[in-house]
Amino acid sequence: MSKWTRRTVLRGMVGGAAVNVALPLLNCFLNSNGTAFASGAPLPVRFGTWGWGLGMNAGIFVPSKVGADFDLPDEIAALAPVRRHINLISNTQAFRDSYQNLCHYTGWVVARTGAAPRDGRDMPGETLDVTIANQIGGSTRFKSLTVTATGDARSTYSYENINTPTTSDWSPLQFYTRLFGPEFPDPNASTFTPDPRVMVRRSVLSGVMDQTRQLLQTVPADDRARLDQYFSGLRHLEQQFDQRLRKPEPIAACVRPGEITVDPQMGQEQQAVALRHRMMTDLLVMAVACDQTRVFNMSYTDANASTIKPGYEKPHHTTTHEEPIDPKLGYQPTVSWFTRRSMEALAYFVEAFTQVKEGNGTLLDNVFIYATTDHGYARTHSLDHMPAFTAGRAGGKVKTGLHVDAQGTAATRVGYTALRLMGVDRPSWGVNSNNTSREIGQILV
Amino acid sequence: MNSCKRHGLLGAAAVLSGSLLMGCAGREEPEHPGTPPRVRIVTTQQYLNTLQNVFGSSVGMDMKFPPLRRTGGLLANGAALAGVTAGKIETFQRAASSIAAQVVAPERRNYLIPCEPKSEKEADEECARQFFAQTGRLLHRRAVSDAEIARYVTQANQAATELKDFYAGIELVTESMLLSPEVLFIVEGTQPDPRHPQRLQLDDYSLASRLSFFLWNAAPDDLLLRAAEQGELRTERGLRRVVDTMLASPRLDDGMRAFFDDMLGFDDFDVLSKDPMVYPFFTGAMATDAREQTLRTIVEHLVHKQRDYRDLYVTRATFMSPALAPLYQIPAPEGWVEYEFPPDSPRQGLLTQVSFVALRAHPGRSSPTLRGKALRERLLCQEVPPPPPNVDFGKLNNPDAHYKTQRERVRAHLEDPVCAGCHKITDPTGLALENFDGAGRYRVAENGARIDTSGEFDGVHFDDVVGLGKAVRDNPSLPGCLVNRLYSYGTGGAARATDRALLGYFNARFAAAGYQLPELLRAIVLSDAFRHVQQTNGAGRTHERKPTEEIPIEEVS
Repeated sequence: MSKWTRRTVLRGMVGGAAVNVALPLLNCFLNSNGTAFASGAPLPVRFGTWGWGLGMNAGIFVPSKVGADFDLPDEIAALAPVRRHINLISNTQAFRDSYQNLCHYTGWVVARTGAAPRDGRDMPGETLDVTIANQIGGSTRFKSLTVTATGDARSTYSYENINTPTTSDWSPLQFYTRLFGPEFPDPNASTFTPDPRVMVRRSVLSGVMDQTRQLLQTVPADDRARLDQYFSGLRHLEQQFDQRLRKPEPIAACVRPGEITVDPQMGQEQQAVALRHRMMTDLLVMAVACDQTRVFNMSYTDANASTIKPGYEKPHHTTTHEEPIDPKLGYQPTVSWFTRRSMEALAYFVEAFTQVKEGNGTLLDNVFIYATTDHGYARTHSLDHMPAFTAGRAGGKVKTGLHVDAQGTAATRVGYTALRLMGVDRPSWGVNSNNTSREIGQILV
Repeated sequence: MNSCKRHGLLGAAAVLSGSLLMGCAGREEPEHPGTPPRVRIVTTQQYLNTLQNVFGSSVGMDMKFPPLRRTGGLLANGAALAGVTAGKIETFQRAASSIAAQVVAPERRNYLIPCEPKSEKEADEECARQFFAQTGRLLHRRAVSDAEIARYVTQANQAATELKDFYAGIELVTESMLLSPEVLFIVEGTQPDPRHPQRLQLDDYSLASRLSFFLWNAAPDDLLLRAAEQGELRTERGLRRVVDTMLASPRLDDGMRAFFDDMLGFDDFDVLSKDPMVYPFFTGAMATDAREQTLRTIVEHLVHKQRDYRDLYVTRATFMSPALAPLYQIPAPEGWVEYEFPPDSPRQGLLTQVSFVALRAHPGRSSPTLRGKALRERLLCQEVPPPPPNVDFGKLNNPDAHYKTQRERVRAHLEDPVCAGCHKITDPTGLALENFDGAGRYRVAENGARIDTSGEFDGVHFDDVVGLGKAVRDNPSLPGCLVNRLYSYGTGGAARATDRALLGYFNARFAAAGYQLPELLRAIVLSDAFRHVQQTNGAGRTHERKPTEEIPIEEVS
């Protein structure tokens, strides 16, 4: 396993700025059972995001107690089984500064990019999962995995830039095939023979890369950046082929799931969404357990969710605006029904990571999940009192089971905390009023 | 000349003074710098159409490339902007792998590979050369140089020797060809215009591609490539002949289907979902067939029968399938058939088809606002402002209200001046379509109350949905919107303010031709602007770019 290997680092210019493509982490750096580096350091922490639409109703969502052992009002009652694994950060705020409040957009864009968007066609930067994937995602088969439960490939909260959204996997059948189909490099397989076809693929790919290099010389400036991006993608493909030619280290927790042969029902009825969410979550968790990726994104619904409650004529988003507030309850009952279902889904997502053993605990111990929404109170499109969750202990660096009241401070503090935890060392994150250098200290060990 | 230009700019509105326009039909195209050179990513359908043209219609794939973002009203405009993630490249690689495997499969190799190797278990240089010379040209949309073919042949030989399989060598090199940026991107190259050397025009291959992707939604075929190679596209006569051939081809159907599918926003069908308790009968098959029905109606009307575009909004002629019949409340036919609604039927025009009324509605009920908005944005190219974030829904939230019809429910939109500013743009037309519920079925009453479908559209009063169709047909913005979208679609980017005079010219030609689509297409593709490309900074060799540097690094584990 000790071998000299020649690698090349590509140094080039993208849009006039110097860019270095980092060296990937090679499998031969890991120890023989894949739970730690050969040097004894633990596996890197994985990062994930979870997104739900249309916020919450503070009166029945935000616990009255701050700190540990917080109470679970009706809307988050479903989180009881995972309360000890999560942190709820309530009362954050997304600042739009001089830009208008773009409904179902500004809130989550601020939470995920650090900046307020100027208009519906603006994405003021890459979302933090992309930054983190660039940092830690270079050595795995997939740089990141982005999935949705909505059945719509366009549902995503992950963007490299406005013209490069990270398209979501939406079909459990296709997702299974992509992850665990014939190309799955089973780390626990008893035998390993490098596929000679993959070797050939890798070598003919260099011809494609030469063509791309030549083409880069001839296209206009704006398009060079896109072709550079394409070239980086080809490099990643080359790395993927490389990995398939090397015997993967065994991972005890990695078990190829049962084959999915047919897609579940599509459609926006809440039960169908929940089923797809469970199926995609299970596949995603096993992909992380098999170290196929270290960065993942799940969008349970779009920001203006179109989930349907069968028999109720309006989808979730329309309901947030048109349902009257029940005078006895003091909130919109059907809207709350939808939010409760979202929280059930979050509970399932978090719990799924506890089902995989890793080291002395579970996979969730080595994961950090950041869950966002688009508004505090959807009915008025509020950007204050926005809730966020974290889940997982980030390899022991994060305390869990806490309710933190952010007291109206920037929503970007949670994202900044995540970036720092994942090794993106920056003095601050965010633009203008959203700029912060204060992490959520209460959750850090 | 000046008066002609002015009338031309009024476009379709001047249809009343049609005689004046006739006199101007032969006027000059306004000067135009040309479009910016674009690099467009190929769409799923273009990729598939091209591959089926090269390798036969039995070759297929069931995966889709990631969707594009709608820009300036069209998905096609997003192709010139879309970035490519690592995940997207992985999708392209899987598609390429699947297609290449099909090409060399035993049932196809005998007719797709024009020769037999001396031995199936070894490399065969000559046979590989024949295959790549032929295929390379069609996939790259240009002549492939000897050096390039030699490189493919060398790679295929190496692969065949290593894998002891000639066909595997062909397969894996074909797969890499399908991953090439020149196949996956449509790159527009330029050459100086021989008649005006300071202007740039699309080079012959790029013009062939632009024509072919516009009119046929696929890469140029062998005949078109040969016309490009022989310089036919550079002469007026040659270009006219080629365009006539393309417009007469059945492949124009594919092209126009793809265009209207984009313009009408039918990608929303992929995620259309109806509430199973409110509309339990609405199936996925109905949604698929509704999309197909409208596309067939449009192609038949505009391409096969070459009728007036505006009449699409009043026509009773359409197609019917067994899945759709229950929604239209008629007996189910055997398979797809031509169908014409009787003269007194409310189903007249595209607005009354399920593809419009069911797609533009909520899962559990109809929506005047969504329908009105779709009419404005998709058919008239008008923008409806988004709702303000602090909109007060209190007026709609009266819990004791038992509004029977939508008209009563949304009355608050039109009475409150804060809401009315935008809602009077959308609601009156949408309310006329209330005879069709959220699934597209016809009804005269809602909750026992008779539905009132009268209203006004841009100053034209109507009593029912048939009247609305006529008002839409005669609306001056209707043809101009089609012109705008076609021009954007064909050139790969949204029209800009500087294109106004050019669009006015196309509008005039369209009107003069009786709003026939093939004539409009002819006007656009034969125009000077379609062929010319703007100078941009940094295009080609005017700016030197430092080559990317590679530094070998040795690691120790």
